[in-house]
Amino acid sequence: MIASLYFSFTKYNIIDPPTWIGLRNYQRMLFEDPLFWHSLQRTLYYAALALPLGLLFGLFLAILLNQKIPGVNLWRTAYFLPSVVAGVAVSLLFVRLFNPRVGLINPFLMSIGIENPPGWMNDPNWSIPTLVIMSLWGVGGGMIIYLAGLQGIPTALYEAAKIDGAGTWHRFRHVTIPMITPVIFYNLVMGLIGSFQYFTEVYVATSGNGGPLRSTLVYNLYLYQNAFKYFEMGYASSLAWFLLLLTLVATLLVFRSSPFWVFYEGEVRK
Amino acid sequence: MMATETQHTQHKIKSSLKFQSFLGKALTTLLLALGAVLVITPLLFMISTSLKSRNQLRASPPPLIPWASTTAQVNGKDEPLFEVDLDDQTRELALIQNKPGGMGVFVDPANPAAQYELKIEEQTPVRHVELHWENYAEALTSVPFDRYLLNTLIVVFASMLGMLISCSIVAYGFSRFRARWLNILFVLLLSTIMLPSQVTLIPIYILFQKIGWVDTLLPLIIPAFFANAYDVFLLRQFFMTIPLELDDAAKIDGANPFQTLLFIMLPQARPALVAVGIFHFLWAWNNFYEPLIYLHSRENWTVAIGLQTFDALYSVNTHLIMAASVVMVIPPILLFFFAQRIFTQGVVISGVKG
Repeated sequence: MIASLYFSFTKYNIIDPPTWIGLRNYQRMLFEDPLFWHSLQRTLYYAALALPLGLLFGLFLAILLNQKIPGVNLWRTAYFLPSVVAGVAVSLLFVRLFNPRVGLINPFLMSIGIENPPGWMNDPNWSIPTLVIMSLWGVGGGMIIYLAGLQGIPTALYEAAKIDGAGTWHRFRHVTIPMITPVIFYNLVMGLIGSFQYFTEVYVATSGNGGPLRSTLVYNLYLYQNAFKYFEMGYASSLAWFLLLLTLVATLLVFRSSPFWVFYEGEVRK
Repeated sequence: MMATETQHTQHKIKSSLKFQSFLGKALTTLLLALGAVLVITPLLFMISTSLKSRNQLRASPPPLIPWASTTAQVNGKDEPLFEVDLDDQTRELALIQNKPGGMGVFVDPANPAAQYELKIEEQTPVRHVELHWENYAEALTSVPFDRYLLNTLIVVFASMLGMLISCSIVAYGFSRFRARWLNILFVLLLSTIMLPSQVTLIPIYILFQKIGWVDTLLPLIIPAFFANAYDVFLLRQFFMTIPLELDDAAKIDGANPFQTLLFIMLPQARPALVAVGIFHFLWAWNNFYEPLIYLHSRENWTVAIGLQTFDALYSVNTHLIMAASVVMVIPPILLFFFAQRIFTQGVVISGVKG
């Protein structure tokens, strides 16, 4: 880590020894490099879509799968399965599914009456949403954690609420939601860190160039290009340190906000 | 009289509640089934595409079942067959020529002399399922897939061994020894989970570059011997649940801490070790970033890198790429089905306490 901080103040291409250039890298990053701001904006856009949607879908599925319905184990398996196969193969698959010419999605959309379906990964305006949909396919990982949380809620609480005359909605709103907030919190923090480091799927889907028109050049991909394509180790280290700072600030904000909405059983209410 | 009336209303309320919950369950099941179809379709698409020929790939929209049009020989050429209604009877005729206006010339393969000009759109093509299993052989031999697989397995299992050894020693330390600085150290260790790996990756890369390990499998294996916060945390949580009396008994019998770990703790912690092992397998199998930066020459690639490069070079060969992708997702899926219970339990240990 210290070494990385040191490199971030140098110009270093691996072959020649690093030369100290002070804050030049940071100056370049913040004031001279439009791609830095662009990639940051792309990452935040991705996170702003993928994070809340992932949390909502995961929770919603977990609630459905927590009911006593026939074949519940089969359904759980079906929804969890995609999260174990994540990675290169999945990206290759989705690029083809979303392909406007030979994919499966657009013909389906046209058959239900949508005349001009989007060009997905071929359209700079749709490429990030496409990646978000791809990430939602793997929502089963978060879902299983919610499910464990839901099953940990003591039934006595529901019975007590029932005796007090609470209906289904009130039981959900005042028992389920407060009791599940620690899990939402955990998934939120993990999802936040994950979406700032989003890389593999976008690299594979765009063959590493962040296309079309750099619309999917997310922060981590830009960092990778600087470090391992242009071998600008010094500048890449500055980018990495900025990412660290960003992650810390965002996580800190989430932690700071937690007393307002996360409920811990063992905690004394102030 | 009153009593029966109350009973009656009670019964009515109960049955209406029952009906409501039945309706709720039916709706839930319906919703889940619809969603499951959406979730599973991509996997089916992958399998079906992997079995199609290049010709079958052209169909738009791509059918989930690998259909191929049935053909018949007419004058030495293969022509597609159609079911044609002629004089109230259905006959199988071959289309031998396209004419303007969507018309086509159809003939009976048995009697090519009699020609019928009909609208092509109104006839049903005759088709059959055609599976091209040879795609798998082609996909796996057109790149040195066995080499990739061997590399991946070496990396996965060697790093798993390193992770299990180092993490259980560190976790044992954190769960059994008491010192104030140890707690601080533990919090510090946990905070590294948050750290973007890129911060440490660059100096580590430069280090491996200096000692000449870049473009070998070593940078993917050796770091695993230095423990990682996530698995240490998981194992420590499990070690904490093992009663201290067992340690004391071992101590009385003259065991040193290392022997205690080896003969008392590890056998007790087997479920947790299996769980972190499985998670590690999945992670290492799907890992992309580190292999991407460290492995340059083809004979060192892992399956993930090999597949990505295969796609970058031959992305038109969708059927072959999907075949290779199917091969890549089979191990995680098999593992998942064999160890389904461990998956859900492992998540319970790691997830909710966080």
